Amino acid sequence: MNRSGLFWLFLTPVLLWLFLLIVLPHVDLFILSFRTDEGWSLENYANFFTEPIYWLTFVRTAVYSIITTLLTLVVSLPVAFYITKLSRPRVRGFLMILLLLPFWVSELVRVYGWMILLRESGVLNYLFLQLGLLERPVEMLYNDATMIMGLVYTSMLFMVVPLVSVMESLDDSLVEAAYDLGASKICIWRTIIIPHCKPGITSGAIVVFMLVLGNYLTPNLMGGKNSLWFTEQIYNQFIASFNWNQGAAFGFLLLALSSCIVWVGLKLTGQKLGEVAS
Amino acid sequence: MIRSLPRSKAYDWSFRCFILLYFAFLFAPLLVTCVLAFNDSNFPSLPWQGFTLDWFLASGPDRIGLFHDDQNLRAIVTSFKTALCVSILSTVVGTCASFLFEKEEFRFKGVLYFLMLAPLVIPGVILGISQLLAANTAGAFFDETFGIDIEVFRPSFWLVVLGQFSFITTFVTLVVSARLRKFDHSLEEAALNLGATPLGVIWHITLKFLRPAIVGAGAVAFLMSFENFNTTLFLVGSEPTLPINLYLQVRDGSTPVINAVSLMLIVGTSLLALVNVYFTKKAD
Repeated sequence: MNRSGLFWLFLTPVLLWLFLLIVLPHVDLFILSFRTDEGWSLENYANFFTEPIYWLTFVRTAVYSIITTLLTLVVSLPVAFYITKLSRPRVRGFLMILLLLPFWVSELVRVYGWMILLRESGVLNYLFLQLGLLERPVEMLYNDATMIMGLVYTSMLFMVVPLVSVMESLDDSLVEAAYDLGASKICIWRTIIIPHCKPGITSGAIVVFMLVLGNYLTPNLMGGKNSLWFTEQIYNQFIASFNWNQGAAFGFLLLALSSCIVWVGLKLTGQKLGEVAS
Repeated sequence: MIRSLPRSKAYDWSFRCFILLYFAFLFAPLLVTCVLAFNDSNFPSLPWQGFTLDWFLASGPDRIGLFHDDQNLRAIVTSFKTALCVSILSTVVGTCASFLFEKEEFRFKGVLYFLMLAPLVIPGVILGISQLLAANTAGAFFDETFGIDIEVFRPSFWLVVLGQFSFITTFVTLVVSARLRKFDHSLEEAALNLGATPLGVIWHITLKFLRPAIVGAGAVAFLMSFENFNTTLFLVGSEPTLPINLYLQVRDGSTPVINAVSLMLIVGTSLLALVNVYFTKKAD
């Protein structure tokens, strides 16, 4: 087999994969979102804007995803800082493995763990009652705060890992020099550490935002009746109402939103998707 | 501030407490799930009623343990089959893709590369519904034009495999490409000079060099497929995979059997994760 034969050997499966499983389905999604049983129409999109429940869920999902991303960043920064700059080099590898391990476990198992911890008959309620901290059991599950905590928990790793890798590349002598010149802690964080970590923060934030926006399990199992997530709306259209065209329109809107925010994030920080991916 | 600079005791201790709390937060749900799998109570909650293996071994009539629970066992087998197919398919195509993007130059390479990265920014739910729609459209097309009914286009085992394959391949491609970039191309040239065929060079030299990365990527692909929920949810037919089956059980109320399944999952994935860490260490 010669050189160009090899080229076709590599190209064919890749083209089949990308064209049949990525391009074609999304074109189909786009086309079907403009169709109803009667034919072509904009009705599916009109429904979205005229029914407050739909666009309210959409806006809520977007806002909560942004809040979750920020919270994840706030929690992850000190963790990454401790692991790279404060822990002893010997423990570092061990801490990293410990950090990664829970995230290999299925998201469902993690959410289930939180459910048996937090619910009315759950482990935390039992402990608090035994310690006399509570008079009677409190339902800690099924509200927005718990849902956001769950979302932070499930997506934390994707923030910590890029942060650890950029902080590792930060030269300690820069921090030492600033310290010797009398910079305060806040000043060091603001002018040295955060600017250096920007690429890591961007890629972490994009991945976390994407995962939270497209999450279905956590809002579904930990959120309350009022914390409907947009993915649940899509699911309802597909499985409960069997209105696939409406569901396609919702799906396309969610895809547009996530692509938009990822694009803005990349533009603001001047990075490319390829760099973020690696 | 950092290790090499003087720090106050309070600073050190507050940081240590924070990290301790963080790890407690990280492991609390997993630990509780595991422990309650052995509680001799009909609900996965405290108080502790004593140690039992019923939730693994009991065969009825009051309690049915995991190893006698046909539904869960069938779901585990389905998940294994799915993950095996997905990991084989995606390592083969992913390796082809990394060869294509790292070693070949051609028109529209940029476009193709962008398309390859696209699954990273498409939410899993969207991937699921668009594939469901496309499969349905294709099924209707074949039915109307040729009058043949093709099983694969309905929600089924193979549709799940294709759905998961479509985004897991991207991860495999990225991992294998990273390794391929470290490859010393003079080795290939030497082999070609000594009369090896291009295919022989790839088989005996390049693939040998890539083996740790391919094995590692295959393991990750297996895990990702085994645990995938979002995409699978829309494509699953009459054979639910384990995450789907667990989800249905968790939604409708819980028994300690779910804890038993979770424990097996935690142990299994941890082992696979450690093996993977070992292989990537060896690769570097």
